[in-house]
Amino acid sequence: MLEVRDVRKSFDGFMAVNEGNLTVERGKIVAVIGPNGAGKSTLFKLITGHLKPDGGSIRYKGEDIAGLPPYTICRRGISLSFQIVNIFHRLSVFDNVQAAILSRQRKTFNLFTPAARLAREETMRIIDAVGLSDRLDAVSSTLAYGDQKVLEIAIALGNDPELLILDEPTAGMSPEETAATIGLIRRLTREMGLTILFCEHDMELVFAIADEIMVMRQGATIIQGPGEVVRADPDVQEAYLGGGH
Amino acid sequence: MSKGVFSPKTWLLLAAAVACMAVAPQFLSRFYTYLISLVLVTGLLAMSLNLVLGYGGLYQFHHAVFYGVGAYTFALMRVKTGLPSIWAYLAAPVAALLLSLLIGWICVRLSKLYFGMLQISLGSLVWAIVYRWYSFTGGDDGIHGVPVPEALSSIDNAYYFTSAVTLVCLFLMYLIVNSPFGRVFQATRDNPERSEAIGVNVKRQQLVGLMVAGFFAGVAGSLFVTIEGSVFPDMMFWTLSLEILIMCLLGGWFSFFGPMLGAAIVVVLRTVMGIHTEYWTLILGVMLMLLIFFLPEGVLGYFTARWGSRRRAAMEDL
Repeated sequence: MLEVRDVRKSFDGFMAVNEGNLTVERGKIVAVIGPNGAGKSTLFKLITGHLKPDGGSIRYKGEDIAGLPPYTICRRGISLSFQIVNIFHRLSVFDNVQAAILSRQRKTFNLFTPAARLAREETMRIIDAVGLSDRLDAVSSTLAYGDQKVLEIAIALGNDPELLILDEPTAGMSPEETAATIGLIRRLTREMGLTILFCEHDMELVFAIADEIMVMRQGATIIQGPGEVVRADPDVQEAYLGGGH
Repeated sequence: MSKGVFSPKTWLLLAAAVACMAVAPQFLSRFYTYLISLVLVTGLLAMSLNLVLGYGGLYQFHHAVFYGVGAYTFALMRVKTGLPSIWAYLAAPVAALLLSLLIGWICVRLSKLYFGMLQISLGSLVWAIVYRWYSFTGGDDGIHGVPVPEALSSIDNAYYFTSAVTLVCLFLMYLIVNSPFGRVFQATRDNPERSEAIGVNVKRQQLVGLMVAGFFAGVAGSLFVTIEGSVFPDMMFWTLSLEILIMCLLGGWFSFFGPMLGAAIVVVLRTVMGIHTEYWTLILGVMLMLLIFFLPEGVLGYFTARWGSRRRAAMEDL
């Protein structure tokens, strides 16, 4: 579904990503791991168009999407949930999710229909699915941090993506919130048939839910494969898992 | 949840307001009728600015240009052509909209303060042209004695016309703010990066917002000429832009009616205090300072927040 080959990106001479390689197959949960500064977030932003690659190819469903603007890539079916909470802070929870749905339905230039009547059911379904229905009318900036991260995912779901990219979905969450989020990610693939690409620091979480794991170090892909293969790889053990265990 | 545009209670309030406005000239002197008309026009202008400022988060620092262009278009159509006045009323907002498209198309490439700086320079350019082009615009003299339709020549009739047009404009603005366009426009204000990530073409969304705001500023311009009978380059000088920006902040730029209230405060203050002292802006300055310290969300913003929290508290008590 997604093929990233030898993608490169540098900032002022610093190579954030070189030789980024990644394959994501339909219906799978793929995780990207690597130490801080390995280029995981940069790689995601290259895929979603928030950054333009300096070289290499990014193919989605066989089409080259490298360098397209984010809104175009989003309309092709790739949705990004950000690492830092990135929501519409003056809008209510309902409006946050509805905005994404209205955008997908290409209604953003509809000037005279009351928005309150549109896409209600779908908005409610997503908010129910992520478990925020009791905070429907709350202004999103007043939510607890964990809820804001969940809302972040809900906004991404509003685009009805085929490929959902989650940049550290559980960063800063309490253990309970983390468990709930993992449950949510599993449900999304199983019930909604989503393909998920995510990165995460919590190794246990990664090995527990990912079908495949891609390891990055200093901007380059070391290996991609199922959990046990990655765990057994000597390069990975030395470079990342520290060889300590 | 009600399916209508307004709740029954809001309809009732609206009906009461319209009734008050309808009978007002019977009880007021010509001067006050004129003053209310002026408040409505200025309020409409401030609210059109707030569409992009408060709802779109765009620093449109020189909004008066579109007001001025609307007014000049109206005046020139009346003076230089023999067309019926309806064409002048239609041409004014359209000209302002086209100018917004042109200036906006250039400005949306930049963000935040850079947007504002470019916008103020392009606006000043338009002002300079109008100020210097004696043969066409009358230069710094402006155009006086613009023929207004016979039916609107009395101040009472001009007042009714102004109120009716303003009401229609406010209704349209209310619809727009609560439409899918309005929602997504607010989303681009809160977070442009995220908006792109949900598939919104942010620059195009902003450009359409600017055109809508320019349109209503143009309407306000034509109404001003209807009341006043003249146009002058000061209408598109940057100080007026600053004044309407202050009205938005004063009334509350995150509330729908805030700018109208801000306009009422500034216009009344200028008219009433202006009789006693030429330093009335001093009072405005002190008010602004107090506002920044105590009511950062503006007067109306403050009261809606208080009213909202009291209502929430009451609901939790139930």
